[in-house]
Amino acid sequence: MLGLNKKDTTLLLVVAVLTLFAPFILNPFPTDSAMAQFNAGYPDLMQRFIIFGIFAIGFNILFGLTGYLSFGHAAFLGVGSYSAVWIFKLFTYNVIPAITLSVVIAAIFSLIIGFVSLRRSGIYFSILTLAFAQMSFALAYSVLSNPKFNLTNGETGLQVYADDPQWFHRDSLPDLPHLFGLSMNSTYTLDVGAWRFDFNAGYYLCAVILMIVFFLAIRIFRSPFGMMLRAVKSNQQRMNYTGLNTRPYTLAAFVISGMYAGLAGGLMAAMDPLAGAERMQWTASGEVVLMAILGGAGTLIGPVLGAGFIKYFENIFSKINDTVLHSWFSFLPDGIEDFMVFIVHPFIGKGWHLTLGLLFMLVVVFLPGGLVEGGQRIARLLKGKKKTPPSDGEDHHPKKPPHVAE
Amino acid sequence: MSKNDVTRRGVLKTGAIAGAGVALPTIFTASSAAAYVNEPTGGTVTLGFNVPQTGPYADEGADELRAYELAVEHLNGGGDGGMLNTFSSKALQGNGIMGKKVQFVTGDTQTKSDAARASAKSMIEKDGAIMITGGSSSGVAVAVQGLCQEAGVIFMAGLTHSNDTTGKDKKANGFRHFFNAYMSGAALAPVLAARYGKDRKAYHLTADYTWGWTQEESIKAATEALGWETINAVKTPLAATDFSSYIAPVLNSGADVLILNHYGGNMVNSLTNAVQFGLREKMVNGKQFEIVVPLYSRLMAKGAGANVKGILGSTNWHWSLQDEGSKAFVKSFGTKYGFPPSQAAHTCYCQAVLYADAVQRAGSFNPCAVEEALTGGDSSLPGISSAANKGFLFDGLGNGQTLYRGADHQCFKDVLVVRGKENPTSEFDLLEVVEVTPAAQVWYEPDHPMFAGGELGTCNPGA
Repeated sequence: MLGLNKKDTTLLLVVAVLTLFAPFILNPFPTDSAMAQFNAGYPDLMQRFIIFGIFAIGFNILFGLTGYLSFGHAAFLGVGSYSAVWIFKLFTYNVIPAITLSVVIAAIFSLIIGFVSLRRSGIYFSILTLAFAQMSFALAYSVLSNPKFNLTNGETGLQVYADDPQWFHRDSLPDLPHLFGLSMNSTYTLDVGAWRFDFNAGYYLCAVILMIVFFLAIRIFRSPFGMMLRAVKSNQQRMNYTGLNTRPYTLAAFVISGMYAGLAGGLMAAMDPLAGAERMQWTASGEVVLMAILGGAGTLIGPVLGAGFIKYFENIFSKINDTVLHSWFSFLPDGIEDFMVFIVHPFIGKGWHLTLGLLFMLVVVFLPGGLVEGGQRIARLLKGKKKTPPSDGEDHHPKKPPHVAE
Repeated sequence: MSKNDVTRRGVLKTGAIAGAGVALPTIFTASSAAAYVNEPTGGTVTLGFNVPQTGPYADEGADELRAYELAVEHLNGGGDGGMLNTFSSKALQGNGIMGKKVQFVTGDTQTKSDAARASAKSMIEKDGAIMITGGSSSGVAVAVQGLCQEAGVIFMAGLTHSNDTTGKDKKANGFRHFFNAYMSGAALAPVLAARYGKDRKAYHLTADYTWGWTQEESIKAATEALGWETINAVKTPLAATDFSSYIAPVLNSGADVLILNHYGGNMVNSLTNAVQFGLREKMVNGKQFEIVVPLYSRLMAKGAGANVKGILGSTNWHWSLQDEGSKAFVKSFGTKYGFPPSQAAHTCYCQAVLYADAVQRAGSFNPCAVEEALTGGDSSLPGISSAANKGFLFDGLGNGQTLYRGADHQCFKDVLVVRGKENPTSEFDLLEVVEVTPAAQVWYEPDHPMFAGGELGTCNPGA
């Protein structure tokens, strides 16, 4: 279907089903039960899952295929958000022009940064991209937000004010980002017994876009272009010696992944019309690296899973507090209850970083291929095949050389 | 072949559901029954406490959370009642809000506007919070305030000192109890002039972001009006930890006062650097060199240690105040946690109590009714003749008579000028109150140029 082989079609369909039914899948616990704390099926978090999924898919096109580790991808996300909010401020709240412009601007931005950074590879490339991203952050945070020329509104974040021009805005349209009148905020809530499911317009827009860009990513992975990128990863020197100029390929991959980041940034602004400078900070760039590695770099679905994993911890675990813990352990005698709360306390609330860090370590140590490898192992166990030799056994191929500088 | 059939059907099915999913919301949202967003229907009401638990202001955030938990305890009738007993409005009965037991959810703002909005959104969308409060920086406060306006819930700002929060970024659903940079300037300048003379040359070091600029602007305007001269104002990057390269030029500039428009860790570092450079022992222009920190907090004073001794600044509230409200609050906070509260804790406690009281008096959780009760009154602060001097007047929450002004949802009250104590008796006894500047002296009109540009708009009940 759509030029995909059977396996990829199945993968795309799995992604489609997962995204479309996410409101059900992510809300497995009744609303009033104690476990409802772990429900993630509310619009904002579902949107975030998808948006960071797109961001990570794009990042993976660069990192997973070419092996170039960019530490500055958040800059493109931030640029995308700022362009989208400017469209909201100047022209219209319709999300289509905003998202389009955010992709275009991110493409231009990544072309410039990529043109310079790709002159080096390995660690030098990472440092260059990091430097550019931190530069963009500093520009957005303070330099470009001075009262004389306020492009980014600094710490407060760029937002839409009532006195902004909005030339194409009509009174009949919602005062929030919308798709031809359908507000991104509008949610239909379905009550089924004790359960409650939220169907949000903005989420489904994100979901449709995710499916499109996921399909594109599959096509890129399977194309001759994708093969060329893999060749860059395995041995760029050899390619250069055979007379191939690899730079156009790497630059194209860089720009494509920058556009994915810009799209994610634009969507983020479309769901919530504010663009803050922290979006460009190096921690945000590091986060997408973590997402890709946690999920499985170089795999198609991995980055999406990694993104979901990290965002889940950030939003769900950070909200568990001692009161919630006490209610969980209230069935225990007083002393033991306090003891349990004391034990669990460092890992929840403000300790969510700690929990995430521990899990990240476990994944990296025991599942070097990320969550995808974990899934494969479980699938293999279920199928009952103990040890299937990998199709490309190591003895048939030379060992992978380290990624070296040009 | 059969495999293919399933696939095709799957495609059709998902397509149909996608279509339905996109179409459904528009059909049904208009007909939803609730009068406003997150109307509490059961026997409980949920408040959202959104504070920084990680990041540079985590200390303030932890103290804010303690204050909120204390406030909830008092609202539900537990503990000794704290400031509920001294509060001038007696609407609250100690049986929750309007008979509904108060519950709360917490979140981590990380001092980032994105994370703060995500956390606030989850409180509104998932936990059904009717009011969001907290925050320890102006960027976060403005961002979350905007979100609450869009979503149709009330936002009670925590520690935010920038003029913009109730200036150009003011919103009808947002309220601020804390003082602001303009008030700091207006309170501090006369004290500075009285102690250091009217013929001074000031040098500003300013954290390079919104709050730093508004504070620099406010202090400059207030001191220049009294005859001071501003030699230079240098912006320092927010991430800076070593300020020696910024301090060195001060020595040769001819300035005799250094004003540090820094907060949190920035202030601790810049003040320490300045003291290490021996600025305080210098004589310039025949006068003793002085350092001023316009916005003080006890947690900062603790970080800077002995370096704060004798340094002037302003603060919203201090636990050593001897009025009934402050004494009651310090007592119940100290009993529960074993140490006195910070100004962040105080303002957050007040905000929670003020919200609960407004709901109780309004008889409804509807944000529009709450806004009317909180700022819509006709009472006014004595001694100020202004058309804008109108709102809800209360007393007994530690700052004396206080007006929640209707025009911009800013509280007007006395501002404290404090000084680092020379001989602290405990690790909490770091600041002493030098002067209590009356509200009339820090009063400004809502259309003051430093606050102009914004639009309060109308209250949004959501739904």
